[in-house]
Amino acid sequence: MTPLIIYNIRNIKTRRLTSLLTGLGMAFVVFVFSSVMMMAEGLEKSLVDTGSYDNVIVIRRASQAEVQSTIQRTEASIVETLPWIGKDTDGRNLSERELVVLISLLKKDGSPSNVVIRGTGERSLSIRRQVRLIEGRMPRPGSTEIVVGTSIKKGFKNLEPGSRLRFALREWTVVGIIDAGNTAFSSEIWAPVDSLMQAFKRPVYSSVVFKLMVPQDFSSVKKAIETDPRLGLEAKREIDFYKEQSEVMARFLRILGTSLSIVFSLGAIIGAMITMYAQVANRIQEIGTLRVLGFQRREILMSFLFESVILSLAGGITGLVFSSFLQFYTVSTLNWQTFSELAFRFRLTPGIVLKSIVFSLIMGAVGGILPALRASRLNIVNALRTG
Amino acid sequence: MLLLKLLLKNAFRQRLRSILTIIATTIAILAFGFLRTIVDAWYSGVEASSPKRLVTRNAISLTTPLPISYKDRIKKVRGVSLVSYGNWFGGIYISEKNFIPNFAVDAATYLELYPEYALSAEEKKAFLQDRKGCVAGRKVAREFGWRIGDTIVLKGTIFPGEWEFTLRGIYRGLRPSTDETQLFFHFDYLNERLKKIYPQRADHAGFFLIGIDDPRRAAEISLEIDSLFKNSLAETLTETEKSFQLGFVAMTEAILITIKLVSYVIIAIILAIVANTMSMNVRERLSEYAVMKTMGFSWPHISILVFGESLVITTTGAIIGMLLTFPAARIFVDAMGTLMPVFNITEKTLILDFIISMAVGISAGLLPAWKAIRVPVQRALTRIG
Repeated sequence: MTPLIIYNIRNIKTRRLTSLLTGLGMAFVVFVFSSVMMMAEGLEKSLVDTGSYDNVIVIRRASQAEVQSTIQRTEASIVETLPWIGKDTDGRNLSERELVVLISLLKKDGSPSNVVIRGTGERSLSIRRQVRLIEGRMPRPGSTEIVVGTSIKKGFKNLEPGSRLRFALREWTVVGIIDAGNTAFSSEIWAPVDSLMQAFKRPVYSSVVFKLMVPQDFSSVKKAIETDPRLGLEAKREIDFYKEQSEVMARFLRILGTSLSIVFSLGAIIGAMITMYAQVANRIQEIGTLRVLGFQRREILMSFLFESVILSLAGGITGLVFSSFLQFYTVSTLNWQTFSELAFRFRLTPGIVLKSIVFSLIMGAVGGILPALRASRLNIVNALRTG
Repeated sequence: MLLLKLLLKNAFRQRLRSILTIIATTIAILAFGFLRTIVDAWYSGVEASSPKRLVTRNAISLTTPLPISYKDRIKKVRGVSLVSYGNWFGGIYISEKNFIPNFAVDAATYLELYPEYALSAEEKKAFLQDRKGCVAGRKVAREFGWRIGDTIVLKGTIFPGEWEFTLRGIYRGLRPSTDETQLFFHFDYLNERLKKIYPQRADHAGFFLIGIDDPRRAAEISLEIDSLFKNSLAETLTETEKSFQLGFVAMTEAILITIKLVSYVIIAIILAIVANTMSMNVRERLSEYAVMKTMGFSWPHISILVFGESLVITTTGAIIGMLLTFPAARIFVDAMGTLMPVFNITEKTLILDFIISMAVGISAGLLPAWKAIRVPVQRALTRIG
């Protein structure tokens, strides 16, 4: 087998232009496949990381997103009396009533986008481990001060600490920057909940978020909240809540990516087939010689198949290398389910690498099988006579 | 004529190779046309907008409502002929998977402002007379098998509860760009119930739709409306329907750009394949070109042969691809249902298809033609294989 492998590799090298063009076709397909998958993965990861397993979010039944939810003060108080809520060292509840509104802000390129303004309290930060204050300080309760997420600061105009932002008839001063990594909180602006309620003339909350004392207690909490006749609310683990918000878009991207890749790969497979048929036709005499030397039909078949697979593998790896550069790139788009801006990164996972490689191997094998079969079926005498 | 015959003969000398290349081109043109049409569908709202309509909403964002009392003040602005208003209702029909855009609107003025939602006179009358009535687009009615008189229940997401409507009319879009998947019902029906359950949310509209007489004055009128409510509790933002819709498109631009980029990648793939085919064809025929050269044919003749052959292959593939786009689009639209409200293959897409196939044909021929012209006669004639 070894001499044939060297023979194949030398062949690929000799017919440089043809090999390059065939490999390039494969590389493009793998690039499209992996980059769309990376986008879906990045979106999902960003929202999954946003939630914490031991946090519970309570919203109005059937309201899907926080923006659509309304919780009355009395309802919030009832929720906060539940015995399963975690306590801090001073014995206070680790829970917070929050308000979520959307405002339209201008991005750096001048186009408007919807940004989440979250009305928060003193404990909003301590409930969420992934959010850190990296610059300045948190807003004082009752003030018109705000802190801005890192993605928002990067993507929108004039949001440096000290600058002012006008919305809901008030001037708000940026007093700090919060960083929440690649999670949705980096795409938010936080303001004191009481000031926000007044500014927006909205006397109701959007959600109540609390940490569980024992993470396993979730089912009892859920039951207590959802069967209480005084409450029209539902409770979800934060992690599930955010996962649901990425579902529609991630699914759209995955379906788009898979169907495009399948269609595009048909093109690349045909490209490989053309090349390999030409290789077989050009090398009929050589094949005849190899057979005379004692190589079996099966070895000839494997050899041509190997040549095609090597080409597609090289193409696939090239495609992956290019798409891996996308990881440095952050995309921001409107999430259809929350109607608000969300920034996320392309994310390359071992799963995507594996899938892309397998994908390129399949392309090479499918494209190479028919020409390889033709090569292996050549009659020795006729093969030697051609040319 | 003789030239064309020669080109065709040449193109199909390696029959299997040429057929495979044509199939690849067909697939590529089909995919490209599809992606362009998806991008067009994204812009369908923009396409369907009229220059004689303005949209006023809360300056904070679309999710913050405006008091309904603004209607009368807007109406007094000179140049405004009609004011309608409504709310994005966001109700769910049975399951979240069934996507139906649904609105509560001030029906009489809305239908007047949107004449492209065509209803028969009886349907219109029945809808206007029934407070619980609703009207749905032809496409959505077909998808869920609704008939006039049916009861439709939506589960509220923004406005809690179950909401029951009676289907009083099925509208038809007068233009190909009209969205036939919407459902709308009476604003009053929503408002009356809100007064009972959430009094503070009643009497508020998510948007005002404004008809103007003279599209040239759109900017002026928009400014005037916004200045009416400057420094009030709810400041407004007024823009033409077109820029309102463009705002939506801009929000999901990242995905749109991805689709556009990908549509060009398929062209790169096909270019690689056709260039490969052509370079193999030319390599095999180098000795023929040498013979032609010795007979006195010079470089224009040879390059015409190479480029012509390449163009025969790509344009054949493109024409088949363009023809297949139509039945494929039909199947796709039926499969997607209400998720793809508008999916029209435009003339522009077809022209683009053709231009691209020409461009690919020519660029794929470049290197091989260069090779054929440059090859020294003697070496080509003594070359083996």
